[in-house]
Order: sequence, then structure tokens, then C-alpha cells
Amino acid sequence: MAEPDNRNKMPEGVGTPPPAIELRHIDKRFGAVHANRDVSLSVTRGSITGIVGENGAGKSTLMSILYGVYEADRGEILIDGKPVNIASSSDAIALGIGMVHQHFVLVDTFTVLENIMLGSEGGALLRRGAAAARYEVDRLEHEYGLGVDLDAVIADLPVGALQRVEILKALYRRARILILDEPTGVLTPQETDQLFRILSALRSRAVTIILITHKLREIMAATDAVYVMRAGAIVANLRTADTEPAELAELMVGRKVRLTLDKAAGNFGGPALVAEGLTLRDEHGVLRIDNASFHVRTGEIVAIAGVSGNGQSELLEVLAGIRPPTGGRFTASGREVTAETPCNPAEMRSIGVAHIPEDRHRLGLVTAFAANESAILGYQRDSVFSHYLLLIKQILMSHCAMLMERFDVRPRAPMLRSANFSGGNQQKLIIARELAREPKVLLIGQPTRGVDIGSIEFIHRQLIQRREAGCAILLVSVELDEVMALADRILVMCGGRIVGDLLADQADERKLGLLMANAQGREVSGAPGVGEAS
Amino acid sequence: MRGGRTPLPHWVDIGLIPLANVVLAFLVAGFIVLAIGENPLVAVRVLIAGALGDSEGIGYTLYYATNFIFTGLAVAVAFHAGLFNIGGEGQAYIGGLGIGLVLLAGDRYLPFSVLLPLTLLAGAGFGAGWALVPAYLQAYRGSHIVITTIMFNFLAAALMVYLMVNVLIAPGSMSPQSREFGPAAHLPFIHDVLAPIGINLTATPLNLSVVLAIVLCVFVWLLLWHTPFGFELRTAGHSEAAAIYAGVRPRRIIIISICLSGAIAGFVGLNEIMGVQHRLLLNFAAGYGFTGIAVALMGRNHPLGIVVASILFGILSQGGTELAFSIPTITRDMIVVIQGLVILFSGALPQLSRPWFEWLFGMLQRQVPAMRGV
Repeated sequence: MAEPDNRNKMPEGVGTPPPAIELRHIDKRFGAVHANRDVSLSVTRGSITGIVGENGAGKSTLMSILYGVYEADRGEILIDGKPVNIASSSDAIALGIGMVHQHFVLVDTFTVLENIMLGSEGGALLRRGAAAARYEVDRLEHEYGLGVDLDAVIADLPVGALQRVEILKALYRRARILILDEPTGVLTPQETDQLFRILSALRSRAVTIILITHKLREIMAATDAVYVMRAGAIVANLRTADTEPAELAELMVGRKVRLTLDKAAGNFGGPALVAEGLTLRDEHGVLRIDNASFHVRTGEIVAIAGVSGNGQSELLEVLAGIRPPTGGRFTASGREVTAETPCNPAEMRSIGVAHIPEDRHRLGLVTAFAANESAILGYQRDSVFSHYLLLIKQILMSHCAMLMERFDVRPRAPMLRSANFSGGNQQKLIIARELAREPKVLLIGQPTRGVDIGSIEFIHRQLIQRREAGCAILLVSVELDEVMALADRILVMCGGRIVGDLLADQADERKLGLLMANAQGREVSGAPGVGEAS
Repeated sequence: MRGGRTPLPHWVDIGLIPLANVVLAFLVAGFIVLAIGENPLVAVRVLIAGALGDSEGIGYTLYYATNFIFTGLAVAVAFHAGLFNIGGEGQAYIGGLGIGLVLLAGDRYLPFSVLLPLTLLAGAGFGAGWALVPAYLQAYRGSHIVITTIMFNFLAAALMVYLMVNVLIAPGSMSPQSREFGPAAHLPFIHDVLAPIGINLTATPLNLSVVLAIVLCVFVWLLLWHTPFGFELRTAGHSEAAAIYAGVRPRRIIIISICLSGAIAGFVGLNEIMGVQHRLLLNFAAGYGFTGIAVALMGRNHPLGIVVASILFGILSQGGTELAFSIPTITRDMIVVIQGLVILFSGALPQLSRPWFEWLFGMLQRQVPAMRGV
């Protein structure tokens, strides 16, 4: 089995082709943070190479250096055996490197073709360029089986399709090396499978692919070789066939990780959250939540599974008081909420309903605020933080330091801007803020989206702890593993309706998948469009 | 959300870059002065000496700066709520109207100690009231605040002309001015305040409003960064969704922040009407509202930065007047050009010099570990 030091044994023989990408001794610091330490790696042409590591391990920095977003302090980059200087992303594109970002960069109101052409329109008048582009993109489409309608407007497309547009965009720019940064974070299992089929089609046509991820199952399913990064350095370089998830997890985290969860038998009390005929029509009159009835008991974790965009997000928003329901009612901690008696988030908080939102950047924290400010978001009016109308900085700081200590938020820097924490640590900060209140009812959306393995384990344990303390937890997640590991009961949502309600031990992935996708007889890999069809 | 390529130390961001921008503006202005055949170094000397050379120059500079602080703070408060209040001009004008009305009504019956709180209330109230309509339209009707506040500037100007010409004009006066207020309605000049304690200054328009300006700076700083309300206001300014999540009503924030902004702008009237002119007249707010936008941009919407930027613009106003006196070829219009360049470089192009500093600090960062032998 390979050890970290075998990386220098790069074949330099006469007959072997040079590696598509070779990084030699890349070093990069951001102030005190040593983001990449003497990183060397080499990627064979026409292979899929995975880079795994926890958030903050330096994967994204390394790829940003390769793509010209940052410049390395030291080290060399070789493409096809030739040393190159990549000072900007246009240099990278010229060298045939394409990148598909975690957050897509597409113009919402443009069509797919217009987005692909953007930046290489080919002349002052669009028509000729558009015709040429259409021809070329059509060819790429067929060659790789991407299945995107070129004339669809971006805003109408599901997330999985957007990602394929990004891939097309890179290929259209003649990318021979494709970097994908956490590509499956937003995909359903079916879309993920489709992505991997596309990637292997690309590989068979000698496209070199680097896959950055922290999902071990995907590394195992899709890659040929894998580099493991920890704390800015490469700690292992393995052939995928020679390794297994538990070993990768251990290498990533630097200690043994339990991939399964121990959970005591439930000790359920009375219902703490009850919804009856809950209905929401949005401002366009589209039915988002359709007559949902369910309950969550104290000490119980109820998970809502479903393809994202089927009303789960809206359900959480309604229950948290962010949007009033348009029909039906729900009762949380004894407070009844209907269309006539709406409730705002501040009041929900005051009666012990905590909400950890799906979208931590937009809702959960203010990225421009220091961590200690984000750590009181929603509780800013709490008298413990103020003295004679003024917020007391020292209290905010010590409160934040306490949360960071208890929930292992790294770095322990209450003054650091929220945006500068990694996704997992941002999430831990939000979870810390909400759980420290010991809520009676906890609403939590996608608790581990974009969060590394070590943190996932930690977050799951925290949720189980709350459950044992008698909190009623409603969990929304698109990760079926997570749903099945945590939940006592699973509801399946599709088209705004609750189409399944089963005990966790009766559920399996296949059963849930069928409920999620086929309730309306819809094609499994199709658009997870919102509940317009009911 | 990746910012610059190299994160810069805080002091570079808020100190060095604005300074570099000002220097750049002066360099370009220097070339223009050179082009019309004058010596730019002489011009700079005249400008600085005129603004800071003696107590008279300093008095005038601070008097102008007072107005800039008011309008700059007004812009900053709205800015932190994510709103661009272009209406400082009109709000200052109407705030002054409120102050003038109180003084015209009460200067013969009420003592100064009663008049002052009333004028403060009137200035703030009229300024806030003038901002309330655009704020309401933004919050509840979705009319863009930039458009409505600009239109309200014109409405304010038209209203003032009507009132001054038809209603408030002093009987027998040929120009649209009210009668002069009685002595009880004069805000004391700083030179009068300091004379009894043995500090003798040349008479300048600088009056006690400057104290209010400083107090307001502290107030805004406390409000925005040290109260739950300020926290909510800034949250709403960064992300409406996060604000709603945090139990904040964004509409309420829009109304309050814009009214507060208008109230602060209204105090320009205190400086001009109660402090200097001692009568109501036309165009006393001329340009201060708009310059306030540049002041806020340059001062990074922070009270301390706004004070520094206000003093700079005060220097330009006062020094520019001196310059126009001493060097006849440099006309008033030239001064406006120079002011325009400063606004352009520090207000409109504040990030212009940033890449150079990023490059510089990138080099330094690479040098320092190397020198330490790492």
C-alpha cells in the first residue's frame, strides 16, 4: 500500500507519457494559515483522481492555485510535462483547464446556449457565433450524453442540469482537464449516478478529471486514484481499488472515525409539534405545501426525506415562523399558528422552537459579521447580552468563545469574520447557537450539507444528545444515509404532500427512493421541479 | 464570495488606500493646474495655508466639515441598512425649514434654552418627515429609494422657492429671505464661546453645531455597533433573509433607518439657519447632501472615517476659496474640478489602488518568511 513518501517515485521514463498535471512542492500561506504545505501530486492523463480531505484541509486552495485564482508562494506546476505559469484563470483556460465550482456561475435569465457562449461570443453580431456554438455544443452533447436542452432558460432548470451546463461550458472551452469542486453536494442520488456516468464517458475520451469531495462513497464509486489531504499536506496517495472508506476516513481525520451511529431506544413523550392540514400557496399561487399533517413527539427525531425542492424547505420556513401558512394549522410548544394567527420567528424562538436553516449563508449567519455577532443572530434582544440598551462586547465574545469550545468550532476566533470559517465550522457555530438554548422543538434543515466527516459525526452526536434530553426534532435532509441513521420515523415529501410515513427500521433506501420519486409517476432522473404538478 | 486575491491588513484597507486615492486625485489635479500654466506646488501651498494656516482658515474648514459630517452620517446610517439615501440634500433643506419656522414663531417669546431643544426637534422631525414618504414607498410599495429620494430633492427645492417667495418673505424685502431672527435664536459662534475663557479667535461661521456633529458621530457609532437595534439594522442591510430569520421586520428597519438618516441630514439647517444665516433663505443646503455621499463612501461609512473625510472636504472648500482669490487663473470652476477629482478617486473608484497594495503586500509576505529563513 502506498505511503505518503512514495509520491516522489514519479515515472519519468522515455516511453511513458508525462502526467497531465503535476504539482511539485506547492506551498501557500494566508497570513498565519499554512493552507498548502509542500504539496506534490501527479495525475495521469485520462483518469479520474479524487482529492479528499476535511473542510479546511487545503483542497480548494490547491485547486484554486491550479486554476489561477491564487498564486503559490513556492512550487511548480507542470501540464503535460511542461512547466507553466498560471497567473489567472484565463491562463488556466488557455491551458485547457476547466473548473466546475461548487456554486454555479450562470446567468439566470439566459438560455443554456447563451451561457455557454458567454465570453466567447465570436464577433460583434451574435448570430454567426451562436450558430457555430450550437453546432459545437450539440456535438459535445451527443458525444458525452449530457442531456441538456440548449434553449432552456437557466432559471427553469433543476440543479443537476445546471451542473451539466457548467461541464458543457468547460468542454466548449476545450478543457482537457476538468476540476470538479464538491460536485454532488446539491444532487439527488439519481443525479449523482448520472454525473458519474458522464465523468466516465469523459475519461474514455482522455479527459483528465480531478474530483474534490469529502464523500467517501463517491471516491470509491468514481475515481481511479485518490489523494488524501490533511492540514494542508498530502498524507496519502492511494489507488482506489486498494483502499476502503474506513481507511480513507481515518487518514482524513487523523483518528478512527465511526461511520455508524449508536442510538439508544427512543423514549417518546407527548406530541410537541403537531401539524394539521398545513397548506402554503406562494405569491404566484403555486401550492408548495399541500395539506400536510404530522406530529413530532418529545424525544423523537422525525426526518423528512425527499428530492430537494418538494416543499421541505417551505415546510421548515412555515414552522419557524418565517412565512405564515395559507391554510391549516400547526401547534408548537402549545402555541397554535394559523393563517389568521401567524407567528414571527422571534416569538417562535421565545417559546423554545429553534431553527437551524438549510441555507446557512443566506439565513443562518451574516457572512460579513464577526463570529461573535453571528453567534447571537436571532437572540440579539436577549437581555443577557445587553446592559442599559447597549450590547456588551465582552459578553458577546465570551458567549461565542463558550459556544466554540463546547461545539469545537475551529479556529476559536470570535473576532474572525463568519465568512472566513469553513462550511463545517459555520454550521457548527449555528448549531451551537441554537442548541445552547436547549430548545423544546428543533427544526433543522440539511444539517451536514457541505460539512466534513469529522464534523458530521460530531453534529449527529449532538442531535442524538438533544433527542435523549427530550427535544422534539424535525429533520429535513436529502442525504438518505443521514435520514436513516438519525430518524425514529421518516416522512417522505413529494410535490408538497407527505406521501409516506414509516418507522425508521422499516425503511430502506429503495423503498424511500420509490416514494420520493414515483409518487407522481415522475421520471426518476427528471427535474425535481417544485410541487406544481399536484 | 471571495474578496481580493490577497487579504490586506485592516489599517491598509481603511487608512493607506484612501490616503493613496487622495494623493492620486491631487496628482491628477496637479497636472490640470500645470496645464493651465500655474505651478501646482504653489497652488497646493495656497490651498493648505488657506484652509489650515490660521485660526480663520481652520474655523471655516470646520464649519464646512460640520455640514459634511451631518450629511455623511445620514448616508452611512442608510447604507448600513442596505439603502442608498440620495435625498440628503432635500432632507437638509426641509430640516432647515423646520428650524426656521420654529425660530420665526418663537424667537420673540421664548428664551434660547427653550428654543434650542425645539429647533433640534424641528430639524430632526422635518428631515425625518421628508424622508418618511420615500421610506414608506420603498418598504410597502417597492418604489426604489434612490429614485424617490432624488425626486424629493426637487420637490424640496420647489417647495422652498414657493414658501420663500410667497409666504415667508420678509415684508418689503426684494430678495426671497425671511426676516432676521432675534438674538435669542442665534446659536453661539465658537469664537464667542471661547472668548470668555481667554481664547481669542478670528470671527468665523463655526458655531456650536460642530459639537452636535461630534455627539451624533458617537451616537451613530453606539447605535450601529453596540445596540440590538443597530445589530438588526446591519443584519437587514447585509441579508434580508437573515434578518427575517432573526425575527427582524425589514420594513420596520427601512422606515426607521431612512427617517433617522433624514433627521441627521436635517441638522445641516441648524448649522446654516440657526448658526450662520440667522434667517431663512434659499439654497442654504446647496450641494452638501450630494457631497455627503462622497464623504460617506470615502469614510467607509464609519463615523470616524466620516469625520476625517469631512475635514478633507472642508479643507477643499475653504482652501479652494482662498485659491480662487490668490491665483486668478484658477477659477471657482477649477476648484470644483479638483473636488470632483477627489470624489472620483476616493468615492467612485475607491478600489482603484487596491491591486497595487495587494501586489505589494503579496511580495512582502513572500519576502518576510524567506528572510526568516523558513
